[in-house]
Amino acid sequence: MAGGGATGGSVQADTYREARTWLLLPAWLVLGILTLAPLTIMLVYSFLTKDFRGGVVWDFSLAAYDQFFFDRGLFGDDPPRIEWTYIGIFWRSIWQAGLATLLSLAVGFPTAYFIATRPERERALWVFLVTIPYWVNLLIRTVSMRFLLRNEGPLNDGLMAIGVISEPLAIVNTNLAVQLGLFYSYLPFMVLPIYAAVERYNFALSEAAADLYAPRWTVLRRILLPAVRPGIVAGCILVFVPSLGSFLAPDLLGGARNFMIGSLIEEQFKGNAGNWPFGAAASMILLTLVLILLMVLARQSRKGEA
Amino acid sequence: MPQDRDIAIDVRDAVKRYGTFTALKRISLSIRDNEFFTLLGPSGCGKTTLLRMIAGFEEVTEGTIYLYGQEIDRLPPHKRPVNTVFQNYALFPHMDVLENVGFGLEMLGKSRAEARARAGDVLEMVQLSQFASRMPYQLSGGQQQRVALARALAPRPRVLLLDEPLSALDLKLRKAMQVELKHLQRETGITFIFVTHDQEEALTMSDRIAVMSEGELQQLGEAREIYERPRNVFVADFIGDTNLMEVTVDRIAGGRAQCHLGGGHKLTCDAVEGIGAGARVHMSLRPERLFLSARPVEEESLSGTVREMIYIGTDITTVVDLADGPQFTVRSSNSTRGNARVFEPGAKVAVNMEPGAARLLVD
Repeated sequence: MAGGGATGGSVQADTYREARTWLLLPAWLVLGILTLAPLTIMLVYSFLTKDFRGGVVWDFSLAAYDQFFFDRGLFGDDPPRIEWTYIGIFWRSIWQAGLATLLSLAVGFPTAYFIATRPERERALWVFLVTIPYWVNLLIRTVSMRFLLRNEGPLNDGLMAIGVISEPLAIVNTNLAVQLGLFYSYLPFMVLPIYAAVERYNFALSEAAADLYAPRWTVLRRILLPAVRPGIVAGCILVFVPSLGSFLAPDLLGGARNFMIGSLIEEQFKGNAGNWPFGAAASMILLTLVLILLMVLARQSRKGEA
Repeated sequence: MPQDRDIAIDVRDAVKRYGTFTALKRISLSIRDNEFFTLLGPSGCGKTTLLRMIAGFEEVTEGTIYLYGQEIDRLPPHKRPVNTVFQNYALFPHMDVLENVGFGLEMLGKSRAEARARAGDVLEMVQLSQFASRMPYQLSGGQQQRVALARALAPRPRVLLLDEPLSALDLKLRKAMQVELKHLQRETGITFIFVTHDQEEALTMSDRIAVMSEGELQQLGEAREIYERPRNVFVADFIGDTNLMEVTVDRIAGGRAQCHLGGGHKLTCDAVEGIGAGARVHMSLRPERLFLSARPVEEESLSGTVREMIYIGTDITTVVDLADGPQFTVRSSNSTRGNARVFEPGAKVAVNMEPGAARLLVD
């Protein structure tokens, strides 16, 4: 990973400069049209004034950010106080997404390890099996999850049939249901990068550690985990980030009390009741949070490698 | 089973099966205390499997392994007082050199400070002190090899296992490390078990060598014994170069066997247990123990024609066609002191043998 790298001579760089400009054009177009342009639109909209039936009026305004952070009373003329509603929703979202990530890690790591340690022929089959549920649309999967978890659903029926519980567990419309939904939605994003990391792992290192008197758990903690850490970090990011902005799972499984950022933003752009600048501002705040998180993680994992 | 303190590792009837494939077919051997012992054989002969069974990475299917009289074959690797130098070193990539070397000591419950101090001492022993704070990827192959060695030596194992540790090094470095390994073994007094497929390496370093093939022990003995008195065709062929001739034994008398080659050439050599008159067996004739002359110098000299003369620096190799079939390779030292003469292709020559050059082999 570290070390090595390109040390291309400047002579070659000159030879290919022109070709490179043209060859990179498609990449720049994709980045520009699919990432930079939408982000710029969102950023601009977040500083505009809202129109009554959705949409924006082209007047510069900080109202959206003001509404997010400050409470100025019903008519907007009270002295500003901190508005906790949206911060609370953000906090709860981070918490939910964090728990879903931990759950995915707890299940995903052993799964990935299991697959990576199968004979080579079998691995593709196991990876294939992991991805099968994802052939079905996310919406349908999440609705199905609701059916599985509801009071009269197979989970409760099953548990009652074998006598573990006598009353159905009320799972739907709780935080747990949201976490389970998020976990189920994004599990492969945890499994696949960890699998890739474990597959590349040199198991002779585990043998070497065991040979040097390290018991199994120490081998895992001191040798395997540091070695596959980039995969774990990637998996956590890939689960955490979409979980944070998710609205299907909280809407369908969590009910009104388990509102998350994704739902908040979604509502601002839905129908005529929305507030586009506010939705855009909330998106930008979310984006900033995620960027800070990624930067911290990137620095951490670089430290781990150096 | 009584074990004395002079036996470091005692392998008794060890069998290893993977499903229907038998990697080791009932091997028994004893490795002495403070010995440089080599397991030698081509790839797939089971030598690495045997080493890994001693280390604990492979379970024995049948049989027992004793370490100084103690049964160890059911212990997990981290409970066996043996350490391994791995083929590709297996250095921990996220730890610096000192941490790598100190890892085993730390696992044995030594304090961090103590582990670091001892690791520093061992690094000095392998002349790597100035690299203590480097990361493994910043080291050359030879340096990584020394770190791996230091790491395995640091916990003062009773037995050190080396799994083809030199195979990734270039020739010059490999030769230097061979000498250094031998030296380290003498210095530390630790029993070394060395696995290699390189017969020259084995001959250079070992006190004793076990030659293995197809999961079986072919011969066990000192280097000289293995080279000069190979027991069977495999050993004679695998160790060094040799001329393998099919012979028929005519008569055994007075510890000597009189034989003849296909063309009727008569040869006499030491009799070998298990080979009687009338047997059709192989004979090994080491090329460096043959010499050429323009005229026969003894009764049993073989006459032939030079087919090829190959100059290889230290030696000159001459290929001779005998009058009626078999081909001989003769090697003579490229030195003006010897009586070796160079013969050009086409020259008529006699192939002569030093006493004891011919050796009968069991198939």
